[in-house]
Amino acid sequence: MRAQIEQVGAQFIALTSSFAQGFWFSLQLLWAVPSALLRVREWMRQLYFAGVLSLLIVMVAGFFVGMVLALQGYNILVSFNATEIVGQMVSLSLLRELGPVVAALLFAGRAGSALTAELGLMKSTEQLSALEMMGLDPVKRIFAPRFIAVLLALPMLAMLFSVMGILGGYLVAVPGLSVDDGAFWAQIQASVSWDEDVINSMIKSLVFAVTIGLVALFQGVQAMPTAEGVSRATTNTVVHSSLLVLGLDFVLTALMFN
Amino acid sequence: MSEIMIDIQDLSFARGSRLIFDRVNLQIPRGKVTAIMGPSGTGKTTLLKLIAGQLTPTHGKVLVDGLDVHQLVRVDLFNLRKRMGMLFQSGALLTDLSVFDNIALPLREHTQLPEAAIRSLVLMKLEAVGLRGASELMPSELSGGMSRRVALARAVALDPQMIFYDEPFAGQDPIGMGVLVRLIRNLNDAMGLTSVVVTHDVDEVLTIADHAVVLSGGRVIMSGSVEALRASQDPWVHQFIYGEADGPVAFHYPAQDYKQQLLAGVQ
Repeated sequence: MRAQIEQVGAQFIALTSSFAQGFWFSLQLLWAVPSALLRVREWMRQLYFAGVLSLLIVMVAGFFVGMVLALQGYNILVSFNATEIVGQMVSLSLLRELGPVVAALLFAGRAGSALTAELGLMKSTEQLSALEMMGLDPVKRIFAPRFIAVLLALPMLAMLFSVMGILGGYLVAVPGLSVDDGAFWAQIQASVSWDEDVINSMIKSLVFAVTIGLVALFQGVQAMPTAEGVSRATTNTVVHSSLLVLGLDFVLTALMFN
Repeated sequence: MSEIMIDIQDLSFARGSRLIFDRVNLQIPRGKVTAIMGPSGTGKTTLLKLIAGQLTPTHGKVLVDGLDVHQLVRVDLFNLRKRMGMLFQSGALLTDLSVFDNIALPLREHTQLPEAAIRSLVLMKLEAVGLRGASELMPSELSGGMSRRVALARAVALDPQMIFYDEPFAGQDPIGMGVLVRLIRNLNDAMGLTSVVVTHDVDEVLTIADHAVVLSGGRVIMSGSVEALRASQDPWVHQFIYGEADGPVAFHYPAQDYKQQLLAGVQ
């Protein structure tokens, strides 16, 4: 009985300590962001790795998600003789929910895990220690430019996801299912609000970007310097980021659209 | 100026419940090559990290050139580190930068020198380690020995006062080892450095060391000249220097009685 209590206590202490470390790391990182913004070459390079290299998966996924939405939406709307609002349904679903959320999940799987693995390997090969020994702060030199790249990349990727989704939906609905071309676009124009939908979509993406960036970098820096440790940290990044994104999406949706 | 560059006083350090150092006192002389030796797992690398302020002791202090490393604020610690160079066991080159950019990094970050001057300095450092021709290569294109020589060029880029070598000879072929041994001695003399070499390659390091320290079981068991080390009658030192399989450091890992364990299987 005593051993079990001790075990629960040890787990609680470990969890609290992990939260405290994560909080302290986040503060250090956010503090380093303004000065890292001046290292344009560095964060542009990271923007290429995190953003440009994620373009293909995000755009293709967005395209197919839009196609599926249009197909499913049409099948339901046709029984109400309301197929011309399929464009509205696709665009609002994408902008309000699926664009930011699915793009964030894909981003966590591709760029987030890559960031964690890169930092974990830098740690295991003592590159971070070497920077410290040169009197250089790894938070400013390594973490902050990557964090900035994540903050810039995800909102743009999420917007592209939605655009590709609407295009996919258009291809299925208009040429494929003979929905009226003008009605498709007119419904989108009439129903999508810049402030409520587009801006909120960007805000959601930015919140998800902060979450994924912090989780990926923290997991990388905390990774045990072994193959198993890096592998575990990479998995943790995807699992923790995905769960946080889904949980935060509910909170943000409740705040924004209720 | 004090003759002692690094003064370790009453230092204890533990990882969890395992005590790595137990009230260690040690002085590292200025301007000399000091070899710190000991069996694997005695905390030689940990000692370097404690000296460099990357780890914090549980007790005691480390004075580097009169400064208490673990009492310094972050900015002062980073300033002190500009006077230190560290050669890591793996080389620890930044894999996304070329050889040239790896060596230029501390110069670009810590000096206001124009790019032309940085270029000249980098080429001079590379010439000193014999790798000027490899300046455009990426770290992934270098052999283990070449990586360490590039890392050495980077470690001395800012003309530090002291340099720490963490297992510089591990995994080196005889040529690479000979090159590194000569470089450590030559750089120390040419640049007036204080060098600390952590290793268990006894024969190699004793050819260049002025001062030797042997660690074992969390304590300093010998500290003195190389001649004194070779002549030592201490059984720990003797076993380590002459590579004897059994002695104070037992060949057998602690286990139950051999005969009893065998018979238990038969019964």
